[in-house]
Amino acid sequence: MVRVDGNGKAGSLIQVRGLDKTYRRGNEDIDVLQGLNLDVDEGDFVAFMGPSGSGKTTMLNLLGGLDVPTRGTISVAGDEITHMSRGKLTDWRARHVGFIFQMYNLIPVLTAFQNVELPLLLTKLSKAERRKHVETALSIVGLGERMQHYPRQLSGGQEQRVAIARAIVADPTFLLCDEPTGDLDRKSADEVMDLIKRLVKEYGKTVMMVTHDPLVAQQANTILHLDKGVLIEAGARQSVIAGGVS
Amino acid sequence: MKFSRLILANLLRKKARLILTIGSFAVALFLFALLGVVNDAFGRGADVVSADRLVTINRTSIINTLPLSYRDEILRIPGVKYITHDNWFGGVYQDPKNFFPQFVIDPENQRQVFPELIVPDDQWKTFLNDRQGTVVGAATMKRFGWKIGDRIPIKTTLYGLQNKALEFNIDGVYHGEKREDDETQFWIQWEYFKESVPESMKGQVGWYTVRIANPDDAPRIAKTIDNAYINSPYETRTETESAFAEGWVKQFGNIKFLIMSIGTVVFFTLLLVTGNTMAISVRERTNELGVLKAIGFSDRAVLGFILSESMVIALAGCVGLLLAMGAIPALSRAMAGLLPPLFVTAKTLVYGLIAALVVGFASGILPAYGAMRMRVVNALRRV
Repeated sequence: MVRVDGNGKAGSLIQVRGLDKTYRRGNEDIDVLQGLNLDVDEGDFVAFMGPSGSGKTTMLNLLGGLDVPTRGTISVAGDEITHMSRGKLTDWRARHVGFIFQMYNLIPVLTAFQNVELPLLLTKLSKAERRKHVETALSIVGLGERMQHYPRQLSGGQEQRVAIARAIVADPTFLLCDEPTGDLDRKSADEVMDLIKRLVKEYGKTVMMVTHDPLVAQQANTILHLDKGVLIEAGARQSVIAGGVS
Repeated sequence: MKFSRLILANLLRKKARLILTIGSFAVALFLFALLGVVNDAFGRGADVVSADRLVTINRTSIINTLPLSYRDEILRIPGVKYITHDNWFGGVYQDPKNFFPQFVIDPENQRQVFPELIVPDDQWKTFLNDRQGTVVGAATMKRFGWKIGDRIPIKTTLYGLQNKALEFNIDGVYHGEKREDDETQFWIQWEYFKESVPESMKGQVGWYTVRIANPDDAPRIAKTIDNAYINSPYETRTETESAFAEGWVKQFGNIKFLIMSIGTVVFFTLLLVTGNTMAISVRERTNELGVLKAIGFSDRAVLGFILSESMVIALAGCVGLLLAMGAIPALSRAMAGLLPPLFVTAKTLVYGLIAALVVGFASGILPAYGAMRMRVVNALRRV
């Protein structure tokens, strides 16, 4: 169940209260997010839509602990992350967040296996255990046969699937996807979205996704609409589409 | 260890750049070793001297001679154990480029004063009984392919000999006790020299080397010797062998300062080159570093990765030191006679390694610090 009125139940996986983010550009303050409230339960699949500059990526960065808000709080699984030190936030990200970026952001000099293994290098798993986890993650995304390929030897869709494997390999609490299909053709985009939906349905993952594409957004369970830093709509996917966001 | 693959993969990202950067280190370290060797060679005299030896020369300059009669007078000074005398022969073997030092020695006392230059007893006995005999250092023997029994003509323009060739029989070969000892000398019998030079030179020696019982007495004995000949036609200047060797090197200029200056410029340039390379390398993968941080790699880990890369480059550049170890002997052969034996000492290798690591660290620390401080959201915006 997703709520944006700040009245969500106490046990929500993600709780956002009164979130503001203001950037200073020259002498001007730019309010990117204003008083945002959000409650997301475990296993939800939420899509955020909105025009460029509406604050979608900023919100995703804040939820992922990559940036700190000007005001307000974010709690994930009971951890209040907004006042964590930089070091603690780094550790927290390693344990709780899986990132999927628009441009895949794989390390080009590492193979698919090595890219997926990266988050596990921060754990105490043995080499054999790491191998097992990586092979499992790559088989989930359907790239078990491409483990030794470098990113340049993969198609865009395959690269994004490797990125998804990297995001899930350490079994994070939730996944943050920033335009995961933004750089893909329709067929590859559909494959990636099918995979993300599988992660939600079969593995119970919580996913928050930013997208410009209504066809992609409608595959989420809930669609939220951001405009000028305000979460102005929430509801069933049909209502958002009817709202004319494209 | 589990991060080594990541570090290695990043290092090998641009192989040409890596090779050129390592090459810069290698060339700089090769040059460092070479400068170190030359510095050692010039300073070798001071290193191989004995604390219980004094050198007495003519106060005016070493090219002015001293009377042979001083020998017995100096020997009578309390604390003096042995004394020997030498003359610079200044000869040429076949061609002027075949330079090596020839000394007219006092066979009677040579081995007592210079015990570290070892001649087998039987060879020495042959030498003592052969007025035209010579004992030659092993390096010079090897350089010219001589063997015991060969007859060697040496021409000199000094002592009024007007390029007249004196002939010598090789009776023996001496070796230094230590690797640093000079094995290039050619020893000539005093008696043979004396009968070959004009009358005016017969009783004149180039300098005296005095061996004393107690090194602590060196200042007193030196002063006693010099006071004994003050206001005489042949005033003396006596100093420790160490001071004499240092003074000799200073005649070439301030070699140490020159070498230090060149070395500093080389390493500073290397620092700029490597620092720039590391900065470019980091800037090119800002986005990737942002991704690493996003997925949980700490700021310190990122700092460590980049510093490790620069340190690995520096260590790989130490191949320059190994090349120097191989090339210096060849240089030594080419320079034989001009300088004592050339070789890369353990001290030079250690200093080279330290210098490489310092430059590696210094060139990596600024880009690494920048990457460490970089905010993830800013890094991820960079494509």
